Amino acid sequence: MMRAPDFRYHAARSVKDAARALKDGGPDAMLIAGGTDLVPNLKRRQQTPALLIGIRHLRELRRIRNGKGLMIGGAVRLSEVAADRKVLRHYPALARAAGLVATPQIRNMGTLGGNLCLDTRCTYYNQSYEWRQAINFCMKAPGATGGHACATPTGDAICWVATSSPRCWAVSSTDTAPALIALGARVTLVSSDGERDIPLEELYADDGMAYLTKSADEILTVVHLPPEDAAVRSTYWKLRRRGSFDFPVLGVAAAVRFGEGNTVSDARVVLGAVASHPVLVPESAELVGRRLTDDVVEAFADAAAAHAKPMDNTDLALGWRKKVARRYVAGALRELKEAHAAK
Amino acid sequence: MKVVGQARRRVDARAKVTGQTRFADDVVLPRMLYGKLLRSAHPHALIVEIAASAARAAPGVHLVLTGADFPTAYGIMPVSQDEHALCRGKVRYVGDPVAAVIAASEREAADALALIRVTYEPLATIASPEEALRTAEPRIQDYGEGPNLHRLAHFAFGDVEPALAGADQVFEDVFFYQGSTHLSLEQHATVAALDADGRLTLWSSTQTPHYLHRELARALDMPAHHIRVIATPNGGGFGGKSDPFNHEIVAAKAALVTGRPVKITLTREEVFYAHRGRHPVLMRLKTGVRQDGTIVAMDLETLLDGGAYGSYGPASTLYTGQLQTVTYHVPRYRFRACRAFTNKPPCGPKRGHGTPQPRFAQEVQLDKIAVALGRDPADLRLQQLAPANSVTANWLTIGSMGLKPCIERVVQGSAWRERRGQLPFGRGLGMACSSYLCGAGLPIYWNEMPHSGVQLQLDRSGRVTVFCGATEIGQGSDDVLAAIIAEVLGLETTDIKLVTGDTDLTPVDLGSYSSRVTLMMGNAAIQAAERAKAILSASAGQKLGLPAERVAFADRRVFDVENPSAGMAFQEAVVAAEVEHGTLGTTGSYRPPRSAARYRGGGVGPSVAYSYTAAVVEVEVDPATGWVRVSKVWIGHDIGRVINPVLARGQVEGGVYMGLGEALMEEQAFRRLPPRLSSALVHKIPSMLEYKSPTALEMPEVVTYFIEDPDPSGPFGAKEVGQGPLLPIAPAVANAVFDAVGVRVDQVPITPDLVLAALGAKAKGKSGRVGPEAFPAVPWPEALVVPPPWEGGNGKAINEPAKSRDALPTHHSGTAGVKV
Ligand SMILES: Cc1cc2nc3c(=O)[nH]c(=O)nc-3n(C[C@H](O)[C@H](O)[C@H](O)COP(=O)(O)OP(=O)(O)OC[C@H]3O[C@@H](n4cnc5c(N)ncnc54)[C@H](O)[C@@H]3O)c2cc1C
Ligand code: SF4
Repeated sequence: MMRAPDFRYHAARSVKDAARALKDGGPDAMLIAGGTDLVPNLKRRQQTPALLIGIRHLRELRRIRNGKGLMIGGAVRLSEVAADRKVLRHYPALARAAGLVATPQIRNMGTLGGNLCLDTRCTYYNQSYEWRQAINFCMKAPGATGGHACATPTGDAICWVATSSPRCWAVSSTDTAPALIALGARVTLVSSDGERDIPLEELYADDGMAYLTKSADEILTVVHLPPEDAAVRSTYWKLRRRGSFDFPVLGVAAAVRFGEGNTVSDARVVLGAVASHPVLVPESAELVGRRLTDDVVEAFADAAAAHAKPMDNTDLALGWRKKVARRYVAGALRELKEAHAAK
Repeated sequence: MKVVGQARRRVDARAKVTGQTRFADDVVLPRMLYGKLLRSAHPHALIVEIAASAARAAPGVHLVLTGADFPTAYGIMPVSQDEHALCRGKVRYVGDPVAAVIAASEREAADALALIRVTYEPLATIASPEEALRTAEPRIQDYGEGPNLHRLAHFAFGDVEPALAGADQVFEDVFFYQGSTHLSLEQHATVAALDADGRLTLWSSTQTPHYLHRELARALDMPAHHIRVIATPNGGGFGGKSDPFNHEIVAAKAALVTGRPVKITLTREEVFYAHRGRHPVLMRLKTGVRQDGTIVAMDLETLLDGGAYGSYGPASTLYTGQLQTVTYHVPRYRFRACRAFTNKPPCGPKRGHGTPQPRFAQEVQLDKIAVALGRDPADLRLQQLAPANSVTANWLTIGSMGLKPCIERVVQGSAWRERRGQLPFGRGLGMACSSYLCGAGLPIYWNEMPHSGVQLQLDRSGRVTVFCGATEIGQGSDDVLAAIIAEVLGLETTDIKLVTGDTDLTPVDLGSYSSRVTLMMGNAAIQAAERAKAILSASAGQKLGLPAERVAFADRRVFDVENPSAGMAFQEAVVAAEVEHGTLGTTGSYRPPRSAARYRGGGVGPSVAYSYTAAVVEVEVDPATGWVRVSKVWIGHDIGRVINPVLARGQVEGGVYMGLGEALMEEQAFRRLPPRLSSALVHKIPSMLEYKSPTALEMPEVVTYFIEDPDPSGPFGAKEVGQGPLLPIAPAVANAVFDAVGVRVDQVPITPDLVLAALGAKAKGKSGRVGPEAFPAVPWPEALVVPPPWEGGNGKAINEPAKSRDALPTHHSGTAGVKV
C-alpha cells in the first residue's frame, strides 16, 4: 500500500480556530475536509504538509440555509448538495455537477469547499514520487532531492506538457466550479485577518500552480447562490471516459435567463477541464437579446470551443476533446432552450 | 448427473463472502518483517554503484539486498532464463527492481529505500519494436535471435505464394492490437518464512506454484524439497501471476538471511511494472479467397512488443499465429512472428495468451471479405468451418467442434439476419468467432510426467480428502475438483475436503494457465475417484451380496442399481473397504496425448481439445462524437459440458467484460519524453483511476448460450471456458462499428477520436479506415517447411535445422566494480 507521510492533525473547534491554526502553521499547514483529493496527493508526495487542520466536522460549515438566495456551507458533502431539494429545483446545474463527481462513496466524503479548491490535475503530476523521479519531476512539484543522476533538465524548470512554456498547464478538474460560476455564485473567504466575499470566478487564476487567487490561510466558508429565479434554466454536461467514476475531461455549464419572447436576458456558459481555471466564455454576454436559434447556438459553440485549450495531460485525445467541446456547448444550450419551451 | 451440470454455490463461496478467505496479504506471522523494492527510475542504464550504507543504518532496517545477492538467473521458460531477483549491472525498464530493504514496518522499509543512492550510466532508450529493429546497439538483452530481437519464427505450412497468386481475390490489411494489463483486484503479495526445521515456506498469490517452486530452488540454489510453496487463493490472476516474480524470490532470500518471516505486497503501481500482460502486436494479414469467400491461403506476419525480458515470450510469439487454423479450414498457411525487446515492463500471458491479437485481425478481415463479396458474414464463416476430428495445416488435432451451433444461436438470439445492415445509422451488429486451447499440450519445461495429479484419501469417518496442486485463482477450480469427485462417488461438493496448491502436500499440477485445469485436473480426478469407487464397490458389493458392477453411488449412498433401497450409507461402504484393505487412498494422473505436430515450434498450439465461441455485439455509435456504446452481447460457447453453470456463466461474462475493456479503452501506454531533453520512458497511467477499464456500470447485458457437445477428451466431456469467450469480443465490436457507421477502425482500443477521424475521412471521400499503415521490414529467417496433411506431410518439417537455434542467455556478471 502507498503510505502517507507523517503529519500532525488538528481537529478545528471552529472556523475561527481553524483560521488561527492555519495562520500559525504557515506554509506547512493545510486544511483537510473530506480528504478525497488531499489524501491521495499526500501518498504521492504531491503535498507534504506537516500539519493538517480538519474542518469537515464543523457544524457551521455543514449547513444549507436560505438567505438572499441559497447559502451552502463549505463542508457540506457533495451527496447532500446533489440531493438537496432546493438545489435540484432551482439550481439544477449544481445538482448535476455535484452528483456526477467521482463515486457515491467519494461524494459522501468529499465536500463542496474541497471540490472548489481541488488541486489542478495533470498526468505528469498525479503520479507517485518514484514515477515523477523517473521524469525528473516538473515545475509544479519539483523533487525534494532536486533531481538525480540523469541527463534531463532539472524538474523545477520544465513543464513536460509544453516544454518551452514558462508556466504549468495542469487542468482545473472541479465539476462544481463551472456550474456555480454559470449560476453566478459568490464565495465567502475567512481568515484570521477577516472575511471577504468574491464572485467565484475570481477565486481562480489561469495558472496550473497558483490556481487559486485566495491566500493560503483563507477558508472557503460559504457558497452563495443568487435568489431563485423561475426564468433561469441551467445545466451541466460532463464528458469523461466512464460514467462510474472519472474526473471530467470536459465540463460545460450553462445558465440562461429567458426574457420576453424567448430572448436571452442573461447567459453564462462556463467550460471546465479545458484550462487551468474554469473558463467563463466571454461571448456569453453576446447572447443577450437574441433567441437561441440553431444559427446562434452553432456560432456560439464555435466561439466557445475556441477557448478550450486542451493539452496532452488528461485522458482522451486532445484534438478530439476540442471538437467535442463544440458539440457539448451546443447540446447544453439546446437543452436549456427545450427546457424553457417545455415550461 | 447429480452434481455435474447443476447450478451450485461454489465450495469457497462462504469463505469469500464472509471475508474469511486468506489471501496472501492476509497472512500475518509473529515477528514478521516487511520488504520494499527500490525500482529503477531509468528505462535503460548501467548500474555503476549502489550506496546502501545509509539505508542499512536507518531505523527499523534489518537487511538490504542487491543484485550481488542473487547470482543465479531464472525465468519461467528454460529458453529465457534472463531474470535476476534484483538487477545485476543493468536496468532495463522504469520499475526494474534494483535493491530491496527489509524492515520492521512497511513504512520504515519505504523510507529507507529513499536513502539508497544508485549511480547509473544511462543507455539509449528503445521504446518500440520498430526502434528495436533499427537498433543493433545497445542491446537490452545479450541473447536472442537478432540484436534486440528475442524471437523470430517463420513457418510455411504449404507454399502460400502460388495459392495466393491463384486466388480470386487477395485481401491484405495491417492491424494493431494494443497491450493491456490483467488488472486483478488483488495486488501480488508474498510471505516467506522458515519453519522449525529451517525449511522455507512461501505463501504467494501465484497461479503456478509448481513452476514457482522450481524457479525458487534455482534462484536460491536450494534443494526443491526444502522449499514449500503454498498458493493462496488469488484475487484474480488472468495470467498476471504465472511467472516467478522478483518480490517472491527477494522475500524468500530475506527470510533465509534474517530467519524471520518476510512479507512483500506490491502497490498497484508496482503491479503495472510486474506486468506480463498482453503484448502489443502489429500484424499484416494477407488472405486469398475464392469468389465465394472460401479461404485458399493465409499469410500472417506479427511483430510483438515484448518489453525488457523473456517471460513466456517464446510461447507468446508462436501463439500469435498457431491457433489461426482451428476455426476455419485454411489449406495453406504461412506464419512469421518476431518478438522485440523494448525498455518496458515485460509482456507475457494475459487471458487468451497471444491469440486475441491475430484473432482480431482475422475476424475483422473476414468481415471485410464478406462485405466486399456481398456475403453474410455468418454464412461466410459457416461455409468453411474446420471439420471436427480433423488435423489442420499446422498439424493441430481438432476433436469436437461446436462452432456451428454457437454461430446459429447468436444469429438467432440477436436477430442477425433481420437486423444486420438494417439498423438505423449509428446502430450496428458485428460478429466474430474464435477458438481456444483446453490446456497446452506440453509443459513449460520438457518432461514426460503427468501434467496433473490427484490423490484421494478416505477413512472410516466417511471423509474424502482430495489433494491436488491445482490453484484456485477465483475461476472456481476448487469447486470443479470437488464436483468431479462428488459426482463419481455420489456425494455433494460440500462433503469433499480439499487440499490444493501446496507443493509439500499436493501432487503436482502445472498450474492455472492455458485453460488446462478443468480438463487435466478433471481427468486426473476422475481417475482417482473411479479407483476409489472400484475399491468401495467391491467391498460394499460383498456386504450386499452383489457383483461390483451392480453397485451404484448417489445421494451419499452406495446401493444396488437394480434395487436402490438395498444399500448402505457412503460411510459404511468406506468402513467396509477399510476393513478389507486397510488404509485407503488412490491416485489419478493426466498427461495429454502426444501431438501430431512434430516440427520445431509445434509444441505451441496443440491441445487435446479446443473450445469454440461465437459472439454478436450490438453497438450504438454517436456520429457526432465517435463515442461507442455497447448495448448488448450475445455469446455462444462450445464448452463440451458445463460442470457448474454459475461458474461457467461467470467466466463468460468476465471474458466479455475483459474483451470489451480491450476493445474500447484499455491501454498499457507509455510516455517517451522528448528525446532531446530526456531518456525517460514511463508507464503513462499506472493507477486504477487513470488506466481505464470498464466497471460494472459500463457492462452491457450479456446473453450466454452454452453448447454442450461433450468432447471425449474432457472430464464428462468438459472443455474450457476461462479464456475463449474473451477472444471474439474486440473484433465483433470493430465489425459492429462498421455496421453502425460504415467506418473501419483496424486497431484496438477503438477510441472515439479514431471513430470520429474515420468518419471525417469518409465524409471527405477518403477510405473511412483508420489504423496502422505499414508493417516494418523484419529480417525473417528461412522458413521451416511443414507440408500440411493433405499435401503428404507427416507433421515434421522437411528442413528441420540440425541443432538448436536457441542461444542460451549469458549474463552480465554485473557485480564487478559495484560497491554495495
Ligand atoms: C477516484 C476519484 C475520483 C474523483 N473524481 C472527481 C470528479 O469526477 N470531479 C471532481 O470534481 N472531483 C473528483 N475527485 C476529487 C475530489 O474527490 C472532490 O473534488 C472532492 O469534492 C474534494 O473534496 P474534499 O472535501 O474531499 O477535499 P479535500 O481533499 O479535503 O481538500 C481538497 C483541497 O481543498 C482544500 N480545502 C478543502 N476544504 C477547503 C475549504 N473549505 N476552504 C479552503 N480550502 C479547502 C484542501 O486544503 C485541499 O487542498 C475525485 C477523487 C477521487 C479520489
Ligand atoms: S502541466 Fe506541466 S508543470 Fe504542470 S503539472 Fe503538468 S507537467 Fe507539471
